[in-house]
Amino acid sequence: MNHPIFRAENVSKAYAGHVAIEDISISVPEGSIFGLLGPNGAGKTTFIRIINQITGPDTGQLWFNGERLEEKHLGLIGYLPEERGLYKKMKVGEQALYLCQLKGLSKKAALERLKYWFEKFGIQAWWNKKVEELSKGMAQKVQFIITVLHEPKLLILDEPFSGFDPINTNLIKSEILELKKKGTTIIFSTHNMGSVEELCDHIALINNSRVILEGEVKEVRSRFRTQTYNIDFEGSMMQLGSSLGTYGELLNHDVEDDHMDATVRLVNGATTNQLLGNIMRTVEVKGFHEVIPSMNDIFIEAVERYNRENVKP
Amino acid sequence: MNKIGLIIQREYLTRVRKKSFIVMTIIGPILMAALMIVPIWMAMNDEDEANILVIDDSFLFNERMTDTENIHFFFPEVGVGLDSAKSQMVASDDFDAVLYIHKNIMSSPSGIQLIYDKQPGINVIRYIENTIENDIEKFKLAKSGINQATIEAAKTNVRLVTTKLDEIGEESKSNTELSMIVGMFSGILIYMFIFLYGVQVMRGVIEEKTSRIIEVIISSVKPFELMMGKIIGIALVGLTQFLLWIVLSTAFISGGKALVEDHFSKGSPTSIEQAMNSTEQLVPEGEEAVSAELNQEAIDEIFASINQIDFPVILFSFLFYFLGGYLIYSALFAAVGSAVDNEADSQQFMLPITAPIIFSFVMAQVVINNPESPMSFWLSMIPFTSPIIMMVRIPFGVPYWELGLSMALLVIGFIGTTWIAGRIYRTGILMYGKKISYKELWKWLRYH
Repeated sequence: MNHPIFRAENVSKAYAGHVAIEDISISVPEGSIFGLLGPNGAGKTTFIRIINQITGPDTGQLWFNGERLEEKHLGLIGYLPEERGLYKKMKVGEQALYLCQLKGLSKKAALERLKYWFEKFGIQAWWNKKVEELSKGMAQKVQFIITVLHEPKLLILDEPFSGFDPINTNLIKSEILELKKKGTTIIFSTHNMGSVEELCDHIALINNSRVILEGEVKEVRSRFRTQTYNIDFEGSMMQLGSSLGTYGELLNHDVEDDHMDATVRLVNGATTNQLLGNIMRTVEVKGFHEVIPSMNDIFIEAVERYNRENVKP
Repeated sequence: MNKIGLIIQREYLTRVRKKSFIVMTIIGPILMAALMIVPIWMAMNDEDEANILVIDDSFLFNERMTDTENIHFFFPEVGVGLDSAKSQMVASDDFDAVLYIHKNIMSSPSGIQLIYDKQPGINVIRYIENTIENDIEKFKLAKSGINQATIEAAKTNVRLVTTKLDEIGEESKSNTELSMIVGMFSGILIYMFIFLYGVQVMRGVIEEKTSRIIEVIISSVKPFELMMGKIIGIALVGLTQFLLWIVLSTAFISGGKALVEDHFSKGSPTSIEQAMNSTEQLVPEGEEAVSAELNQEAIDEIFASINQIDFPVILFSFLFYFLGGYLIYSALFAAVGSAVDNEADSQQFMLPITAPIIFSFVMAQVVINNPESPMSFWLSMIPFTSPIIMMVRIPFGVPYWELGLSMALLVIGFIGTTWIAGRIYRTGILMYGKKISYKELWKWLRYH
């Protein structure tokens, strides 16, 4: 694992009687895409605002690239908030220039890079338009450019795909991967678990102000394996059912055009080989693979389990 | 350029380039000029022709009603009655009104009638009233044996020369009226500036909040920097506008005056100064010279006291209180803007801010009549009222220590309100969809 570009240690924050986040510790490896997940109101936004130094933590420490997080690091961080917004009455180009200069870019550098990105996205014609003349998607594109223009080392994207059509979603997705290739670390907050599986290397799941699940995506997913397998076979479902014996339990089955499909969970500590040995005698096995839980399932499972165990009704 | 400089630049440029700013900058002086020129114009233009048929049953006024340029009196043959005069007026275009003076005018001066088919101007009516009044007075005086010369000799005109004696023993002539005008005018300007531009600060904050750009900006700069940048930027907009107003107003007024003067010098020998003082024209002949002389004296006196008023101090204080008053209030306006989601919700928090401004404006009228009273002193010390009240007092002369103390308190007040406003602001700008109470604001103040 690369050394962490950003680290939070035991960070807590409360607002007058209401705990927003409690004892959060995460470590974001350099060059990775880090998924910050959690149900609505879990405390993600508060945590993101703390990283951006919009608010300060009550307790805990924050580190950026081995140093204590300070104001000077703001220029190295890029932030795309979930609630997008630009000055409606201001012209696109002027506004982009202003916001990039606020991030510390010189006017000249900002102008050069804006030109490059506007060309890349084919939106030069928007330069002198007011933001209120743009559609929502167009404005979001502009805002994405503004967010990445100062080439931040750490990029925080809160629901970056919301409001985009599938074509633009793909465009942004490939830009994100491109940035990652160039070494940018990305903290990616979303409710879209499909894109987490697709993009993220690491995740942290925040629920009820705390981190309840953290780790590499692959590792987390395997942690949630349930010994469940999918079997493709030819033969009758009856035969399969009887051949499972004490090794497995049939969860689900389906009849496809020319073959059968069953989902089976191993029981009583049986191995896949024991199970396969049994069923191969009765049916013709065409395919056999483990069912790895989706991030969506994991999200729901983890949150519900936590709430069952910790939250008093 | 540092970040706060960038913010000031943006706030300034986006506002100055707005159409509404340009329109206001041009319309303001035009209105101002119109306010000065139009009454003069009206006064000169208003003297429409009036031909009046006089039926005098008392036989006192025959040929005594002197015509002016626009008002002409006609006396019909003896024996023409009121009714025939009326029908004559209605039938022909030659007469606009019939003036009927009844027989017993000396004993009961009321009941003189003016019957018209075309509404005569107020000047016409006043002229007739004045003439008849004067004449009746003269008749009465003559009856009791006092002649005209005695009356003229008895006429006296008193004008006080007020002189301020300060501690060092230096005398300076002051003109109370002029001080009042200068004081009130500066007070009004400051009042306007606080309101106009304070509300702009609030709108700007609400705009950033509702458009949600705020979160992007404060991930680059500190909320306090953004607030101060906005306040300073808008202050510069205000200064620019006032400067342009002064320049343009002066240009328009002198231009307009020249135009009016030019227009009238062709038609009549009446000069503008006479037209401005419309009562002057109504004063019957003999007294005109006297009053003109008095006016000349008064004007000389005004010029003398203009020289006495300490303009460098006034100008410096004006700029100081102009900015200080704006700054102390605009920070509060910013705090209000941050606490609400839209302008309609801002009403409940506006009252505590607007109340002291309006209060000082109302008190200014009291202070101006008694600029040295203890109340005037205290109101000119309290930072929330001092910008307007002190400005009203200064033309009357204020000891330097009072001025210094008031200014120092204003600076302290500004730092205090800005500190408080900053704390409310940085929490408020990130709060959405919550009905905010004063209790809530108090909580925000105590967040760290």
